[in-house]
Amino acid sequence: MIDFLNALTLFANFVLIPGLAYGSQLALGALGITLLYGILRFGNFAHGDTMAFGTMTVVLITWYFQSIGISFGPLPTALLALPFGIALTALFLILSDKLVYKHYREVKAPPIRMVMASVGVMFVMNGVVRFIIGPNDQNFMDGERFIMKARAFKNATGLNEGLAIKSSQLLTVVIAIVLVSALFWFLNKTRTGKSMRAFSDNEDLALLSGISPQRVVLVTWILVGALATVAGVLYGLDKSFKPFTYFQLLLPMFAAAIVGGVGHPVGAILGGFVVAFSEVTVTYAYKKFLTYLLPTEYAPDGLMQLLSTDYKFAVSFIILVVVLLVKPTGLLKGKVI
Amino acid sequence: MSNSLRALLGFGTFAILLYLVGEYQSWNVALAILNLCIISGVMALGVNIQWGYAGLFNVGIMGFAALGGVAAVLVSQPVIEAAWAAGGSGVLISGVMLLIVIGLGFFTAKRLQAGWFRTLSMVVIILGGYFAIRQVYDPAVLAIEADNPAKSGYLGGLGMPIILSWIVGGLFAAGVAWIIGKISLGLRSDYLAIATLGISEILIAMMKNEDWLTRGVKNVTGLSRPVPYELAIQDNPRFIEWVEWFNSSQLAGFTGEAKVAALRSLVVEGSSIFVKLCYAGLFLSVLVIVLILCVTALASPWGRMVRAIRDNEVSAAAMGKNITRRHLQIFVLGSAVVGIAGAMLTTLDGQFTPSTYQPLRYTFLIWVMVIVGGSGNNLGSVLGAFLIWFIWIEAEPAGNWLMQYATQWMEEGSGLKRHLLDSAQHMRLFIMGVVMLTVMRFSPGGILPERTNTTTIKA
Repeated sequence: MIDFLNALTLFANFVLIPGLAYGSQLALGALGITLLYGILRFGNFAHGDTMAFGTMTVVLITWYFQSIGISFGPLPTALLALPFGIALTALFLILSDKLVYKHYREVKAPPIRMVMASVGVMFVMNGVVRFIIGPNDQNFMDGERFIMKARAFKNATGLNEGLAIKSSQLLTVVIAIVLVSALFWFLNKTRTGKSMRAFSDNEDLALLSGISPQRVVLVTWILVGALATVAGVLYGLDKSFKPFTYFQLLLPMFAAAIVGGVGHPVGAILGGFVVAFSEVTVTYAYKKFLTYLLPTEYAPDGLMQLLSTDYKFAVSFIILVVVLLVKPTGLLKGKVI
Repeated sequence: MSNSLRALLGFGTFAILLYLVGEYQSWNVALAILNLCIISGVMALGVNIQWGYAGLFNVGIMGFAALGGVAAVLVSQPVIEAAWAAGGSGVLISGVMLLIVIGLGFFTAKRLQAGWFRTLSMVVIILGGYFAIRQVYDPAVLAIEADNPAKSGYLGGLGMPIILSWIVGGLFAAGVAWIIGKISLGLRSDYLAIATLGISEILIAMMKNEDWLTRGVKNVTGLSRPVPYELAIQDNPRFIEWVEWFNSSQLAGFTGEAKVAALRSLVVEGSSIFVKLCYAGLFLSVLVIVLILCVTALASPWGRMVRAIRDNEVSAAAMGKNITRRHLQIFVLGSAVVGIAGAMLTTLDGQFTPSTYQPLRYTFLIWVMVIVGGSGNNLGSVLGAFLIWFIWIEAEPAGNWLMQYATQWMEEGSGLKRHLLDSAQHMRLFIMGVVMLTVMRFSPGGILPERTNTTTIKA
């Protein structure tokens, strides 16, 4: 029985909790991608770098706050800096829309042109981020690191295995829930939100009913900026901030958006967790876990790892391929073609 | 301005720029730039086939170029008998098993009726196959990597001339492109972009981690060469004679010991220039062949069909053209050309280093070349590749110099000044992005726009 509890704790500590946090981060990122897919109708390759840009602004403001002695008690100072970061990122995105995407919308360019333009924007953002903060790792987490430390858990329960919960993990999940509920309330209950959904469903009909496209586009970019910045900051608090890692998050986020069904907000959240949990469960080494569960004579020799952690992109890719082959519309019916 | 005049002006400018580098920096640098320009030109042609002919957006150029690099290693490196004895058979058996599992999977997917039974048997086949393969594969890989890990620790190659790898690299890239194209073509147009982005990251991850194949991050160095070594020609009496003749006016001022020393240094410099010229000749012949093939293909009925599909898929489909099939064909062809260029690049480097493959350098820079040069125009892509690569290389010293100039009013040793000077190199990305966006927006045709035959029909 104790062995079983130990195995369970081990699993929760290394798979369940990290997966939950990572899934929330991916879900927020994928929500941004899916919103743009639904409303502006293109896959935004600059999304990873938008996250990096947003996080960079938050990091810089956090450093400024720290230097003048502002802190948020046990919570990370970055949360105080978050609204400013969101505002700056949204401004940058609106500017990029005015300078780049607007033209392609007006000439009704095929979506792939928009995708290419987003690659150009990605280039520019990448350059800006590297220029301002550099390509290296930045750690900006402060405040209380742990909610529960492994040792405290061991002492309290008498188990061999510890269960550690980082405050960044709990924060991630709580903030994700709050933000997603707010987003759904906005999309379903407010006038602007409803007009956005109408625009996404049928652009011509929406225009006929007097919905202002400029307004829809503007609000979309603000939402995307907020989602991307929050996702980036939470990821950065949980791990660390490195511009290139954010670029690489693009693939899992796209996979999440497509698995869930493109243009479908609930699907993006579902997809985020599907991708995150597959990644964590597949790359986790089950040796210790099985040693607890199995009788000693069957204890495994190897690491019992399905796939080495270096191949974690492969997981999102395989998920993507399976979805494209089996159900191109995604789990919840999204838009294809 | 007509297109041919523009082309003449473009290539002329490039030649003058290169000459200036040769005169004022050194001819070695100029030729090094030229060689990479030619390779980039081949790569840009491959991308132009995909984007310019068919509007396919490939964001995984890096992966296909790296496959060419793998081909260079696998073709040219000597066979390592000990490693083959240790685990060669295991790896081969696991490869066969993989094929069997894939075959079984396809058989089940095609033959059984959709339903829970098919899903279940697919899962059993894939999971069972995976674990069975790992049972054979893991010990074999361990045995190979344990064999003399400091020097080899991999299976080696076939020990054939490296120039063959240019073809093999093309075939590798074509194979992977076929699989990716099969999966993602025919769906939303941006799915191909996402799928290629994914496969290129995975290919690089494999090259970094599968040590038994390409030594992973330990790199394979000292690849064989298709051209002579500098040291070998430095002692060749005919080469020395030739250098003496070529530089006779310069050497006339020296006598005795000084003349010998001057000649020696000229020979050393000349040998490295000679080697680079040999490379340039080889690369240029590939570029010319590919370019001629591309131009001929585009002017043929096939080329007209392809452009018709690009410009209006619906009406092309109504004319009975199989769009997905054509797209697949073009995607495979273009990727093969990129694979050839990738193998050439590794041949020039003389080493295979997976960690140098960066998407910004290998994927997006090539995109900028194609867009700036003129998408849909083969010669334009080559011109774009030449100019952009030149700017990319020379932008670094220029950027540093500019930044020095811009920050000279700041006080010495200030943090901001140091930061700005350190970050000057990242401005290249920013500038490339701005160039790409500006050209796309204001001159979508690029420097050499695609030439379309517009015949006015008289009523």
